[in-house]
Amino acid sequence: MLQSHSVEARTARPTIDTPLLTTLFRSMMRIRATEETIAVLLDKNEIRCPTHLCTGQEAIATGVCAALRKDDYIFGGHRSHGHYLAKGCDLRALMAELYGKATGCSRGRGGSMHLIAQELGLLGTVPLVAATIPIAVGSALASKLRRDSRVSVAFFGDGATEEGHFHESVNFAGLRQLPVIFICENNAYSSHMPIQERRVKDNIYQTGAAHGIPGICVDGNDVEVVYSAAADAVGRARNGFGPTLLECRTYRWRGHVGSSMDLDVGVKRKDELQHWLSKDPVARARTALISQGVSLEALQEIECEAGAEIEDAIQFARNSAYPNPSQLLEHVFYAERS
Amino acid sequence: MRTLTYAQAMREGFAQLLASDPRVFVIGQGVWSPWYAGSSLQDMEKEFGRDRVIDSPVSENATTAAAIGAALAGMRPIVFHPRMDFMLLAVDPIVNQAANWSYIFGGQANVPLVIRAAINRGGEQGAQHSQALQAMFMHIPGLKVVMPATPYDAKGLLIAAVNDGNPVMYIDDRWLYGESGEVPEEMYKVPIGLAAIRRTGSDVTIVATSHMNVRAMQAAVTLESRGIDAEIIDLRSIKPWDSECIFNSVRKTGRLVVADSAWKTCGVAAEIAATVTGEVFDYLRAPISRVCLPDVPAPTSSPLEQAYYVGANHIVSAVEELLVRKEKALAAHSRSLVSP
Repeated sequence: MLQSHSVEARTARPTIDTPLLTTLFRSMMRIRATEETIAVLLDKNEIRCPTHLCTGQEAIATGVCAALRKDDYIFGGHRSHGHYLAKGCDLRALMAELYGKATGCSRGRGGSMHLIAQELGLLGTVPLVAATIPIAVGSALASKLRRDSRVSVAFFGDGATEEGHFHESVNFAGLRQLPVIFICENNAYSSHMPIQERRVKDNIYQTGAAHGIPGICVDGNDVEVVYSAAADAVGRARNGFGPTLLECRTYRWRGHVGSSMDLDVGVKRKDELQHWLSKDPVARARTALISQGVSLEALQEIECEAGAEIEDAIQFARNSAYPNPSQLLEHVFYAERS
Repeated sequence: MRTLTYAQAMREGFAQLLASDPRVFVIGQGVWSPWYAGSSLQDMEKEFGRDRVIDSPVSENATTAAAIGAALAGMRPIVFHPRMDFMLLAVDPIVNQAANWSYIFGGQANVPLVIRAAINRGGEQGAQHSQALQAMFMHIPGLKVVMPATPYDAKGLLIAAVNDGNPVMYIDDRWLYGESGEVPEEMYKVPIGLAAIRRTGSDVTIVATSHMNVRAMQAAVTLESRGIDAEIIDLRSIKPWDSECIFNSVRKTGRLVVADSAWKTCGVAAEIAATVTGEVFDYLRAPISRVCLPDVPAPTSSPLEQAYYVGANHIVSAVEELLVRKEKALAAHSRSLVSP
């Protein structure tokens, strides 16, 4: 199938107990329900800011964030609803932000591409490709200087690994043995461009070895594998053994931006998508839970909870006020709060 | 009071900040080498250790962005770029990230970051080793820009910048490193956004940035010998800049020359001229004059280089031109009165 994903995932299958897998499933369901609901709202033009959905990629954000502490730092990019939700951040504030409301997580100044929840360690997501990779290196540098035992995570796509930011960051983090984890969500596309049109070799994870840090490639649609690999990397980082590059292979179900499926781009994207739909990370976790004896009713309850939460968040967003135009000039500079 | 050079004053500022605040660290190329920073960071890593005084790989972008990340995590980093030209490789973190961060997150986060950018020019170094780019960064909402011209300000503005809570670009010019002046031993801040009147005068206001202050003071001596009394204002902060100080001076003198160490087009001088024209036009007795670099890259060959940089003589000529214009205008006015 897709050339870029021909390398098979390496990590041996871990043993994840049922309560943890249930938690992971719940997190993935929350992301799936949110993203697919947003797709509908985009079609209705009820949400208008540029919005990049991560449907199909839920296992990566979920698996990685489950391996983190609440006070660990994460950074994301333009496609970061999943990171935001997996870190446990407030869905109401996310939806209000997408609606441009003052109650949004960025108070209506950011939209879908600028998310923050500092109290939960999400220090920021921004759409400049690769921009937050070195920023995460910096928060890791702060942790190392303070010896606060926090770990920093940078989430980015395969396109970001073509930026100089990425290579400078991996080198510097390795040089200083910083507690940072580079999570490459390789979804095979950067905007409209398939990876084989952008790289000579399908070897992002090998960048790690070239810079002297561990570089690992895993099946990014298997939440148990992602969690296990992330937990290993977190353990190394927290115990002073430095950074890890984790390439998680996945596939973006929807198009680059908005709700479109982008079936007109890439090489046989329609066929690829069919293949990847069969590797649905949410369905795989669901099947695993059933095989572990979890009842259908229990799973349906989780699915209903996710649906109810997103409905509540939409109502909250709709009912919230817009920022007042008189506040246009506020927040350009930070002023010490008295 | 004791006297220090500009470079010594900067070093004292760095050392006192590192000694007094565990959040402060320094990162950049050449900080372990006297080559890059002159004496301004000499032996700093011996005094404070290589964990807090970090000589970096050749990665302007990642180094600057890492400082932003550390700032977001509660540190007070100072990034050092020994050449402003090379800092252009870090424009994404500076402009897209540091400058925007507070706004895009609705004021919930801030980037307490100092970016020290050195202008290092002359000596036949040419186009990519000479640039003074303050105007580019003055343009960006969310950035503050300071350009100390004296040892006192070199220390005081550094300490103010580190404690500001916002991204502050601190631009020093190596031509100033040997300048001497009185510097208090204790820590002190020079408020960002306040200009300083270096010489009071009644005939013309000369606003100068950075090293052009040295030239402006030289020009004032020449002008005085020719009976012209110049008021010299050291801008100190490029953004925010002290418009009231300049307005008040122009209300008194009626004439303004702005001397900036960078190019003319879309420069600091253009911004000041436009603002003064908009706010105190009625007090102006002559057009506003700009003394800046011509719009060409810095040349290498010595005669070209000498023709490129502007000095006290250019300021003197600009002032005299304004005064002559006045006489010419009066003569033209008289002619128009007597013509039929």
